[in-house]
Amino acid sequence: MTGMQILFLITSAVVLFSSIMSVTAKRMIHSALWFVLALLGVAVVFAMLEASFFAVVQVLVYVGAIAILIIFATMLTRRALEDKGDQFNRATLVTLVIVSIIFAGLVVSLKSWAPLQNLTSPLSAEQLNVGVLGLALTAPDGFTLPFEVTSILLLAALIGAIYVAYERKEKKK
Amino acid sequence: MNFIYDPVPWVINWLTQLLLGWGLPINLVNTLLYLVGAVLICLGAMLFTTMLIWAERKIGGRFQDRLGPNRVGPWGIFQSIADMLKIFTKEYINPVGIDKIPFNLAPILAVAAVLAIWAVIPFSETVFGANINVALLFIIAIGGLGEMAIILAGFGSNNKYALLGAFRAVAQLISYEVPMVIVLLIPVMFSGSMGLNEIVQAQKIPFIIYAPVACVIFFICSIAENGRAPFDLIEADSELVAGYNIEYSGLKFGMFFVADFLHAFTSAIVFTTIFLGGWQGPGVEQMPVLGGAYMLIKTLVVYFLMLAIRFTLPRFRIDQMMALNWKILTPLALVTLLVTALVDKSIPHEMTLVRIGALVIVNVLLWLLADRMITAYRKRNPIQVVTGKARPLARPEILPVVEKEAAQ
Repeated sequence: MTGMQILFLITSAVVLFSSIMSVTAKRMIHSALWFVLALLGVAVVFAMLEASFFAVVQVLVYVGAIAILIIFATMLTRRALEDKGDQFNRATLVTLVIVSIIFAGLVVSLKSWAPLQNLTSPLSAEQLNVGVLGLALTAPDGFTLPFEVTSILLLAALIGAIYVAYERKEKKK
Repeated sequence: MNFIYDPVPWVINWLTQLLLGWGLPINLVNTLLYLVGAVLICLGAMLFTTMLIWAERKIGGRFQDRLGPNRVGPWGIFQSIADMLKIFTKEYINPVGIDKIPFNLAPILAVAAVLAIWAVIPFSETVFGANINVALLFIIAIGGLGEMAIILAGFGSNNKYALLGAFRAVAQLISYEVPMVIVLLIPVMFSGSMGLNEIVQAQKIPFIIYAPVACVIFFICSIAENGRAPFDLIEADSELVAGYNIEYSGLKFGMFFVADFLHAFTSAIVFTTIFLGGWQGPGVEQMPVLGGAYMLIKTLVVYFLMLAIRFTLPRFRIDQMMALNWKILTPLALVTLLVTALVDKSIPHEMTLVRIGALVIVNVLLWLLADRMITAYRKRNPIQVVTGKARPLARPEILPVVEKEAAQ
């Protein structure tokens, strides 16, 4: 077993444990913090795959922005700091069944997926260049359409946020 | 390879040969050397901080017509060491009802988030920690970890003032990240890379000449990211008692303190690397060790400028600070990015003088535009003077006649 594999096992264990804890923790804010740990673990996995761009973006977007947003939202809820409510509700059983079916399906289909059968070779310096990613996003035969659609979606979200937060003049008076 | 011209790679080379001579595998040797380098950089940075704290207090004293520390050692130079020893011996107070793990993790994360930036800084052409190709993004992402530390401190302390302070601090830090990230795209555009080594190598002429407005915006934002005056709302004694670190004592408070001072110096380093050409200077090709000296001199000049601003300007109010960010800096950063991209792309890079001239003219125009914007904004929203009713003071002309006569 190489050092890389040991590192991978430790990271995966941390990610799995913190994901489970983020679902089962009693206090909401603890769930949010466990979730942050899981996201950081995923960033470490990216770094071990030599995808440094994705590792950094994972930390930047998820830990730097989304996790903090979630924590803010959690603290705005009712009794966020001392909430010790029930972790289960009526939908738990149904959700469990659906999730297990999806998980089993994923395992079965991934097991027969060819690229997972053998080890992939390390990425070359050419493939690690961030410029390649940028070109793929803007080239006509690349992912231009999804990229632009995402931009429009984000723009719509921005405008929506401004509309919701906008203080109307006549209401003020 | 010569020791005098380039000492650090010489030592690394010598150590590698020595360890390989002992029969260690090459992977292990590399790992060991990286570990040694990381420990040395962290240790150096932390020890350097004690001197920084002394220098900052001394310079601050001079700015404000005081003496600054002057008791321990010549010119008070050992004051920080005495303070450090005092902080080591102070009691750890764990308030009732704290959340143990976040409370204790926060100071560590705060220091780590600053030290991690040092890993990607090129100190000279041959001396750098990790040469990753997304170093700029890395620096911003690590800033996100610093925000996480503040949130953990605010939440873990189980104190409403700490929580409010943390929210306010994070709101400030996240807001000022927006124009900063937009402006950072300009050096990336000029050098065609996000790696700091490539960015420095592209600066035969520093980027401050190509993009002065972007440079100023970045400078303002990095002061705000440090949370220093005039943006020192993170610690507001009169409003929040202290801030997110109110419940900390002893060494844990010391960690936040060290993180604060080290962050200020680190952002001076980052500014030097991105806009002032880092280790570039005359004669670095023959003698790479000169690069380190140039870097240090430039960084100290920038740091001195930050101190001058810190110790002379009064602070903003929170709404003024947010208005400055969202109504002035962010639109200006967006316009600067667009205009710089258009102008820079339309002029061939071989015509260096024409390119610089066009960019400088455009930047001056942008600056005038920003000035007009601020003036127009001030006209629309005149400063409201918030004062109470004028209260009678014990001035002689207000005193009753009887007392006046008695006084005479």
